[in-house]
Amino acid sequence: MGKQRIELHVNGHKHNVESYPMARLLDVLREQLGLTGTKEGCGEGECGACAVLLDGELVNSCLVPVLQADGRNILTIEGLQNDGHLHLLQEAFAETGGTQCGICTPGMILASCQLLKLHPNPTEEQIREGLAGNLCRCTGYQKIFDAVKQASHRAPGD
Amino acid sequence: MRAYVPEYDLEAPKTLDHVLRLLAREPGVWKPIAGGTDLMVLFEAGQLRHRNLLSLSRIPELGGITASETHVTLGALTTYTEIQRSELMRREFPLLVKAASWTGAVATQNRGTLAGNIANGSPAADSPPALLVYDADIVLLSERDPRWLRYSHFHTGYKTNLMEPDEIISHISLPRATAGCVQYLRKVGTRKAQAISKVALAGLAKVNAGTIERIRIALGSVAPMPIRCHQTEAVLADRVLDRAVIEKAKLVIAAEISPIDDIRSTAEYRKRVTVNLLDEFLTSLLS
Amino acid sequence: MFQTVGKPVPRKEGREKVTGQAKYVDDLTFPGMLMGATVRSPVARGRIRSIEFPDGLPWEQFAIVTAKDIPGQNSVALISDDQPYLADGFVNHPEEPVVLLAHPDKYLVEKARQAVRLNIDPLPAIFGIEESLARQQIIWGEDNILKKFVIEKGNVESVWAQAAHIIEGEYRTGAQEQLYIETNGMIAVASPENGITIWGSVQCPYYVHKALLKAFPLPPEKIRVIQMETGGGFGGKEDYPSMLAGHAALLAWKSGRPVKMVYDRAEDLAATTKRHPSRTRIRTAVTAEGKLLGQDIEFILDGGAYATLSAVVLSRGAIHAAGPYQCPNVRIRSTAVATNAPPHGAFRGFGAPQSIFAMERHMDQVARAVGLAPEELRRRNFLHTGETTATRQVIREKVDLERLLDRALDLADYHAKTKAFAEQNQRSRVKRGIGFASFMHGAGFTGSGERYLQSVAGLEALADGRVRILVSSTEIGQGTNTILAQIVAETLGINYDHVEIPRPDTNEVPNSGPTVASRTCMVVGKLLESAAIGLKQTLTKAGLLDEDYSSGEFTDACARYTERFGPLKSFCQYEAPPGIHWDDETYSGDAYGAFAWAVYVAEVSVDMLTCEITVDDFVALQEVGRVIHPVLAAGQIEGGVAQGIGYALFENVVWKNGRMANSQMTNYIMPTSVDVPRIRAYFEETPYEYGPLGAKGIGELPIDGPAPAVLNAIENAIGVAVNEIPLMPEMLLRALERGNVPMEASVG
Repeated sequence: MGKQRIELHVNGHKHNVESYPMARLLDVLREQLGLTGTKEGCGEGECGACAVLLDGELVNSCLVPVLQADGRNILTIEGLQNDGHLHLLQEAFAETGGTQCGICTPGMILASCQLLKLHPNPTEEQIREGLAGNLCRCTGYQKIFDAVKQASHRAPGD
Repeated sequence: MRAYVPEYDLEAPKTLDHVLRLLAREPGVWKPIAGGTDLMVLFEAGQLRHRNLLSLSRIPELGGITASETHVTLGALTTYTEIQRSELMRREFPLLVKAASWTGAVATQNRGTLAGNIANGSPAADSPPALLVYDADIVLLSERDPRWLRYSHFHTGYKTNLMEPDEIISHISLPRATAGCVQYLRKVGTRKAQAISKVALAGLAKVNAGTIERIRIALGSVAPMPIRCHQTEAVLADRVLDRAVIEKAKLVIAAEISPIDDIRSTAEYRKRVTVNLLDEFLTSLLS
Repeated sequence: MFQTVGKPVPRKEGREKVTGQAKYVDDLTFPGMLMGATVRSPVARGRIRSIEFPDGLPWEQFAIVTAKDIPGQNSVALISDDQPYLADGFVNHPEEPVVLLAHPDKYLVEKARQAVRLNIDPLPAIFGIEESLARQQIIWGEDNILKKFVIEKGNVESVWAQAAHIIEGEYRTGAQEQLYIETNGMIAVASPENGITIWGSVQCPYYVHKALLKAFPLPPEKIRVIQMETGGGFGGKEDYPSMLAGHAALLAWKSGRPVKMVYDRAEDLAATTKRHPSRTRIRTAVTAEGKLLGQDIEFILDGGAYATLSAVVLSRGAIHAAGPYQCPNVRIRSTAVATNAPPHGAFRGFGAPQSIFAMERHMDQVARAVGLAPEELRRRNFLHTGETTATRQVIREKVDLERLLDRALDLADYHAKTKAFAEQNQRSRVKRGIGFASFMHGAGFTGSGERYLQSVAGLEALADGRVRILVSSTEIGQGTNTILAQIVAETLGINYDHVEIPRPDTNEVPNSGPTVASRTCMVVGKLLESAAIGLKQTLTKAGLLDEDYSSGEFTDACARYTERFGPLKSFCQYEAPPGIHWDDETYSGDAYGAFAWAVYVAEVSVDMLTCEITVDDFVALQEVGRVIHPVLAAGQIEGGVAQGIGYALFENVVWKNGRMANSQMTNYIMPTSVDVPRIRAYFEETPYEYGPLGAKGIGELPIDGPAPAVLNAIENAIGVAVNEIPLMPEMLLRALERGNVPMEASVG
């Protein structure tokens, strides 16, 4: 089976890649587009380290065949900054100790993005539920909850 | 990552006709894939037999939740997230909403589909027990005539079902008959979130002045496929519910199931928990 | 009081981590790079008859390496060097590496890996401690014993006759996987002419350096190891990287191309090290008042097929086995045994979680037998300053465990809850309980270990006043970069932002020892503190700096010094604090420079309908010398407690013929964000004279306490003693049945 031409809109830029249709979106992002911020932790959709936003919705990119992302919008961790200014969540994770070894951080931050979109003022229970698909081995999650709370408090408006 | 990617083909037809034509022409060759949250895991473990995959994700007819006066129709591609966000589902079919919220986590729920959960046929799947107590029907499409089946007949054994190789699931139909019913669903998993079920019990009952007018009980993870507990229902139907009847039902359900020891749990545990969950459900009907 | 220490300064590499710019080994590619893969034994033990490369694959395109291709010694240098890089003739555990392959196409190399056929004649294998002790097969040395020693204090045989109570118990712990979210990975470039360079996910670059030295005919200066950003280690990247780096280097050596080897999760789970399973038997003699007369402890670890680190894990475990209690007569018979499982290795705690689990469960049993509340038994037996441990180490630091216990119980509302739960449990199907563990953890290498390491740490001051830290200690999430910079900044009186810590590269930094054993802050931090003082002295002696100075004056001094004299560096080598004596022969003396002391309290609920156990609240109180960074310190405690809860309740390795059958994250269960309570960490500070600004080590401490605290709480809740972890609901069900406690249906 040959490679196909696939169009991906990543972080606001259009890319045309030649990929096997069943290549994982994760691998295409990392290897063909050089966006190594998205990480592989398990290859089974359990750890969430590979999470990206696909048309605004959180997905595990290790489970998305790249052909199914054809023509769609993808946001990776690299796309979260604005002109070198950190997103509120990025600031919060860095300040509160929500990041230790950093490998779960990109997926965790994107999951927090989706969470705050749905629940701009989340309760701790909503934070826990919203992040349940992102595993962290270092922090015990405590400061990740704090980071999300901090970002939600600092967000302009509601 | 253990699959040899270059030898896989994935086609993404834009029309339902195209999908059905491919399946008719080469039955058994094409494996339909929707959200991929089951199949991609198999694929990456190097365990996906099929080399040709057929993406259904662009077929508009397969999506959406619609309602008539008597039924709610869930398109095959309805995701767990869509089920949870539907006001109608939350009001009338809360067990399916619960099951959807317990399937994987957010990222899985955004991609995983109801039909995928059914077609994958895991006995531990989260949606089937709820579908079974809701008396769901399942509609299968092919280039031949569509087939309406009772969902309770659909699974025939471990990962086997009544679908022909040229068929896909079109939609699930739920009769809007839950008014006045007590609904129960409890899942015991390996942890509190993103967990595979060890036992799941769904119950639906209408009790009138102490008598059970209607009773449905379904279980996951205690047999080669999700099951309706017909024998247990039989000792409860039309009975005046009291402690003696509950104890009888517990004996029957223990005999009706065939749990196994596996990598996650034991037959003994599954049996005990099943009996206890039934007790919890039926006891709640007493009050 | 302090300018930088004790403040939540920004993590040095925080920005890179939150932007996705931090570079882990799999983020790198090199031109012409090959992808490597490992063909592993499917059986636990056997003789390799032949290796087949079936038709249908372009084998001529592959670099293929077997044992005969190893230019130097086919053993991974560690302690006894008995583990081969590649099996030669025989395999001794499932997943043992036999053949290495490399190819530019990552998909094809994996296909090839699956195709290679190892024809192995199986031999009878042994699994588990009992089978090893039974010696139906001898698989290591003369008697399957990897290491054995006895710690003795007083005469334990003399106490049984006078004891008012004798309490016996057996305690078991299972294997635990470190489960760093970034799997093991390495990139190697290697040739006889240019030497070897390794980029890796690694805790101890110099361990890898030492290991490659034995496997390749190269001088030390031709081997270079560079640590990339590392996504978690917890001990799982302490010694295993030497194996993987060797493999990548062998493929690079053979092919002449750069080679990347990154494990997928299934391989990492099945093939790499885990925490040693243990069996501890304790026999305790107490007076009628509950004073300890004697502790006779048998502590056994399952080491897997090769010795690797088992001797040292055994050592730390044994030394911690008797707990923070004064007891005049102690015997700890310690043994590490070989089995046909992949070798077990380092995991945070390193033997102590196993032995502390046993002792703290046992103390609750002792309390019950004597008729004392668990906290009262501890109070009557806690160590005080001036008293001796099981190794006869005199506790010289100020310690007040009674007060620590009181405070922890208070923070957890222990007494009120114990009463309330006892009352509520009679009417509820969900039983609630509360329990605690009191323990200590020694920081730094055991005994003469630090002397043996002879660690060196250095500083270089640049002309613009910036100071670079030169250590091989690695940042693996715990905050090495940040706290070492804080210590240096504080000691020099300069801005934290002016202290840099480049990534460890064995070409550029001295060997400050491995990043293990809770030593990075206390030992390496102290070396840096001393080096900083040395730096100041150099400038002062040169007349360029007064005793008191501003940071501007420091910058000037550096500029003038470097202009006049050249590079301004200061190194410090480890010297044991005065009065530390350890006897390797008798296993006695000062095991550690300092201990951190802790009391952890767990509150649980047990749903009797399903035997599911939830931890509802957790208090972690510890005395740690000095908190260098409040957020990072709390982060260590919180993360360690979460791992400890996993150890107690979730993380079950399912073994099938010596192989981990549940080698997927779907089936090896670690806690999610919904599975842990709010973990409340509290610190006390009694500055340790020989720690940097008084700091002791805390990295491993927090994983020692949770499992016994949780199991003690469970016993409090349901009245049935369980002495084995992980405690899965299925096991609890069986324990209830044995204890004749009904797994109830609804009450009422």
